[in-house]
Amino acid sequence: MQCQECGVRPATLHFTKIVNGEKTEFHICESCAREKGELIPGTAGGFSIHSLLSGLLDLEGAGKGKAAAATNAQGLHCEKCGMTYSQFSKLGRFGCSSCYKYFDNALDPLFRRVHGSTSHVGKLPKRAGAQIVFKRQIDELKQELQQSIVEEEFETAAQLRDQIRKLEKEMAQ
Amino acid sequence: MSSLRFTEQALSTWMRCGGSHSEIVISSRMRIARNLEHLPFPLLASAEQAEEALSQLAPVFESSPAPGLGTFELVKLDELDELDKKVLVEKHLISPNLANDSRGGAVILNEDESVSIMINEEDHLRIQCLFPGLQVKEAWERASAIDDIFEDAVNYAFDDRRGYLTSCPTNVGTGLRASVMVHLPALVMTQQINRILTAVNQVGLTVRGIYGEGSEAVGNIFQISNQITLGQTESEIIENLHGVVTQIIEHERNARERLLAESPLRITDRIKRSYGILSFAAVMELKESAQRLSDLRLGVDLGILENPSISVLNELNVKTQPGFLQKMFGDEMTSTERDMYRAKLLRETLGSQH
Ligand SMILES: [Zn+2]
Ligand SMILES: [Zn+2]
Repeated sequence: MQCQECGVRPATLHFTKIVNGEKTEFHICESCAREKGELIPGTAGGFSIHSLLSGLLDLEGAGKGKAAAATNAQGLHCEKCGMTYSQFSKLGRFGCSSCYKYFDNALDPLFRRVHGSTSHVGKLPKRAGAQIVFKRQIDELKQELQQSIVEEEFETAAQLRDQIRKLEKEMAQ
Repeated sequence: MSSLRFTEQALSTWMRCGGSHSEIVISSRMRIARNLEHLPFPLLASAEQAEEALSQLAPVFESSPAPGLGTFELVKLDELDELDKKVLVEKHLISPNLANDSRGGAVILNEDESVSIMINEEDHLRIQCLFPGLQVKEAWERASAIDDIFEDAVNYAFDDRRGYLTSCPTNVGTGLRASVMVHLPALVMTQQINRILTAVNQVGLTVRGIYGEGSEAVGNIFQISNQITLGQTESEIIENLHGVVTQIIEHERNARERLLAESPLRITDRIKRSYGILSFAAVMELKESAQRLSDLRLGVDLGILENPSISVLNELNVKTQPGFLQKMFGDEMTSTERDMYRAKLLRETLGSQH
């Protein structure tokens, strides 16, 4: 297969980019990839997703309605490590785990482009994971509690409230 | 020259047994990316912070090694010479990034080199497990067990919604890169490879050529790996990869059978010609040797050649790389000298098997 960019060298990188659920295929050689700075997940050295990420963000800025959102995102910065969103978009790398929190507003579209999804469904770390399991249980019970209050089932509501308190206590330990 | 044990042998011990589908699948690799909660990622870490990450992570495996994996040894990158680093990269035991760009970088290797734990690469921790043949589930289980051991001892950067937090947004979520290295000469020869690669892309996998300068797909060896790390479970990722690779194996096998049935003379001539050239040539470029070693590998599977063994061919794939040649024949060499030594190595290895 020939590289779709230069048409000369054989294509050695083959990947699909998912943008809002739409798939685009790429078949390019490594030197064209390096030139274009294309998104190549899982490759080390040489070239990377850096310039593409900034490309993506420019793209967003170019869309009329999204211009404001993109400008806002550029103003974000991580209070823990000091990285700004525009640095992140140039480097294509987060500076620390808190960047995820400070850039949160801008990340959903990015993750949807790269992964076609925005949230994790895989493995949970055992210790931190236990907290998450508690939290999810409590959230569910709270919803049930709301429901039972609306339906004036106060006995059930009282039981649910006790359960929630018990879980919250366990979680705190 | 240093005496680093991991750079003396071209073939890691784990590669010596074939694993399933070893006539097509060379190896399965699982890589898990993790970070420590309270430190900035290696990109922004100061020398002290890199040292702190190392001092938190390194002792974990000294105190509680995983059962059945032998002893582990810590190797600090700044204590290695350039050549040893190059050989570790050629053996896929460390990444080029860890070799060239890391600060406070280190790798923990087990005896048979099937486990490689990189510290202060792009992420604080990268657990890599290698298995021969098609063994993605086995590789995942081992990597995940090692992940559990670390998780017991340190606090990972993890977010309820985003999962395991990584330096690069392409790894976030599971932090998992599962890949399989396959040898697909018949699909290349019969020009079906494009169709196959396109199909592979449509199910969220990436294919790249490996070996050879500039990662061209010389030697018909391809690496197939998952592209998506967020929004899929580890088992979904692994089953998807396993399923696709199983289909590719089927296509390659059919293509091999058809080649042999439809043009037996042409294929036999091609393979024996390559054997002859590798056994007698005086100068051999990397690209040519990779292509001709691919012919030999195919010849062994088709029963056209009795020798060399797949294990010798795996070994030659590593030994013919620039770093390893230099390691064997002397530190400084020009590219012409390297091609000469490569030819010598091939003559001596293959010539003795006539
Ligand atoms: Zn090109
Ligand atoms: Zn940060």
